[in-house]
Amino acid sequence: MNATAENIQTETRTPLVEMRDISIAFGGIKAVDHASVSLYPGEVVGLLGHNGAGKSTLIKILSGAYPRDGGSIMINGEEANINNPRDAKSYGIETIYQTLALADNVDAAANLFLGRELLTPWGTLDDAAMEAAARKVMGRLNPNFRRFKEPVKALSGGQRQSVAIARAILFNARILIMDEPTAALGPQETAQVGELIKELKKDGIGIFLISHDIHDVFDLADRVTVMKNGQVVGSARTTDVTKDEVLGMIILGKCPPGAVPGPGAARL
Amino acid sequence: MNQISQTSAGPGLVEEGAVRRFLRATEIDTRMLGMFGALILIWMGFQIYGIVYNGNGAFLTYRNLWNLSVQTSSIAVMATGMVLIIVTRHIDLSVGSVLGITAMLMGVFQVWVLPQYLGLGHPMIWVLTVLFGLAVGTLIGAFHGVLIAYLQIPSFIVTLGGLLVWRGAAWWVARGETISPVDANFALIGGGPYGSIGYWGTWFVALLGCVAVVLMLASGRRQRARFGFPLRPVWAEVFLAAISAALIVGAAFIANEYFWPVGIVKQYAAANNITIPEGGLNISHGFAIPVLIAAFVCIAMTFLATRTRFGRYVFAIGGNPEAAELAGINTKRMTMLIFALMGFLVGISATISSARLNSATNALGQFDELYVIAATVIGGTSLAGGMGTIYGAMLGAVVMQSLQSGMVLVGFDSAVQQMVVGGVLVVAVWLDTIYQRRVK
Ligand SMILES: Nc1ncnc2c1ncn2[C@@H]1O[C@H](COP(=O)(O)OP(=O)(O)OP(=O)(O)O)[C@@H](O)[C@H]1O
Ligand SMILES: [Mg+2]
Repeated sequence: MNATAENIQTETRTPLVEMRDISIAFGGIKAVDHASVSLYPGEVVGLLGHNGAGKSTLIKILSGAYPRDGGSIMINGEEANINNPRDAKSYGIETIYQTLALADNVDAAANLFLGRELLTPWGTLDDAAMEAAARKVMGRLNPNFRRFKEPVKALSGGQRQSVAIARAILFNARILIMDEPTAALGPQETAQVGELIKELKKDGIGIFLISHDIHDVFDLADRVTVMKNGQVVGSARTTDVTKDEVLGMIILGKCPPGAVPGPGAARL
Repeated sequence: MNQISQTSAGPGLVEEGAVRRFLRATEIDTRMLGMFGALILIWMGFQIYGIVYNGNGAFLTYRNLWNLSVQTSSIAVMATGMVLIIVTRHIDLSVGSVLGITAMLMGVFQVWVLPQYLGLGHPMIWVLTVLFGLAVGTLIGAFHGVLIAYLQIPSFIVTLGGLLVWRGAAWWVARGETISPVDANFALIGGGPYGSIGYWGTWFVALLGCVAVVLMLASGRRQRARFGFPLRPVWAEVFLAAISAALIVGAAFIANEYFWPVGIVKQYAAANNITIPEGGLNISHGFAIPVLIAAFVCIAMTFLATRTRFGRYVFAIGGNPEAAELAGINTKRMTMLIFALMGFLVGISATISSARLNSATNALGQFDELYVIAATVIGGTSLAGGMGTIYGAMLGAVVMQSLQSGMVLVGFDSAVQQMVVGGVLVVAVWLDTIYQRRVK
């Protein structure tokens, strides 16, 4: 009852992001097949699904990394023109990629500011200012981090992941995409990212969170969307479904009563 | 940034020797020291070989070192561009041929075309010719860049095709004719007694260089102090300044100790109504113009590679092209620009080479691509991409040219020369891979 009331309330707001009927195929494989997802301001949406379900591919379309074959993307209710990563950034979309997408041969500060370098009044790189900013933001995520002069290939997996996260939050994102942001992090750092997500949420930022850790997702997400074989099985508020039901969606494609079924829901 | 930095102590570093501490404080990278060492070995080797087998060590003479500096210029200029190309995981096999066609077109332009409109020896001829040459080089480079970036043809293939196409075109421009002599002012760009800046000019440039070094060190220090970052110890700064100044002053001294040949002095004295004194008149060459051009290109390219967005993107693309694209860098446009820049530098080298030869021939620049790539790779630019320095490539060019002219000087025949150069390239890269593994 309560849930229904909230659903109605939600639907009257304009979504921050609405991806409608998105499709993309690589060769013969339909990696994403008529998938629709939405995200509201201050909301965390967990994207779940088996390996190869199409989660990363779907969000890469939003971040401008892949051109979509079909479907449309609405930002704040208006059709968005996203053809490359630069376009996506201009809409305030920041992404932490599963592969991290770091330039291994340059240092943390250079990676944080890649494509958006700070310049001196003479138009040259202001490395000192960038390093200072890097120290500040990294201090928030990973206070033990000291290796600012090293190329990032010399860093540990978790340190690299911290750099990728820092990069995404450095530029006042409105829409944040996190593709398994804590896969390589230790328990303390993972908790810190959890805190960070809650903080960002308070600022009204919308977050897509991809994770295989269903407990984490239930802790942090307001809604989940489950994908299977490129299709959306269904979406649900985390208050309306149990973890077991969500597992059923992931593994069997079975949509429980508390969820809104998508085209990928198994017909019973 | 573009080097594996040895400067910051990781958590695991405990004891370190005096040498290591010294290198760390001065931030001198050991790879560059190795290259200097190799260079000194080569120079000493040729000197000693000359003394033992030919009775005179002709290598370490003012005259030869001055000549070496001039001969290196053309290759060195192109090597700075090749660094950016190889750093971004491309290759340019066409630079020698592009140099050929550019030089031929410049020859035709200044000897056949411009005099018709301006009159022979007009002072604007050299200016227009140089601008024309730079434009031609840049356009050809940009054209390669477009094929590579936008049509996605591998750079190896595009420039291999270019190697043949432009060499053919160089012949075709004048049906294989040699165009000679070039404009008299233009020829000065190639060096020679009149194409050098003389005694006082050389000391002035040297002084300028020393001042620039000190200013650069000071501004770097101020910059780091502004944010409270750790600074180099003062003694290390002083040491670096002293070493750089010593190198500059040494080079100026050598250039000034090489005097004009007697014949030219006589000609000059006659033309200017100077009576030659008893012991002969010693007129210093000083730095040659092509050497100054190469030095300037080295500084400008170092600035571009390390201090600008453009340079940062070059290295980021080399480290991870996909990440660079995802970070919003227009990697296609960058690739196109990098090849255009390479073409521009080839234009400079074409100017230097044809001016030095005082003629344009369709064979000019043949095999230069090999020397340029060898210089770049010996200079520490990794073929895997993402790593390399401009000064390393410059030093690599000096090493290559030292080998080449050293062998000519001591009388090796060209078959042996080729074998040695090829062998050295392979050995140098092998040593470098060992070094890289040790650093990791
Ligand atoms: N660049 C590509 N070229 C070809 N096929 C691709 C490409 N990227 C993804 N695919 C295919 O698309 C499908 C979806 O991949 P995707 O990476 O989106 O899965 P995922 O849900 O993120 O999985 P994981 O949980 O393992 O990260 C897979 O079958 C994959 O093989
Ligand atoms: Mg994925």
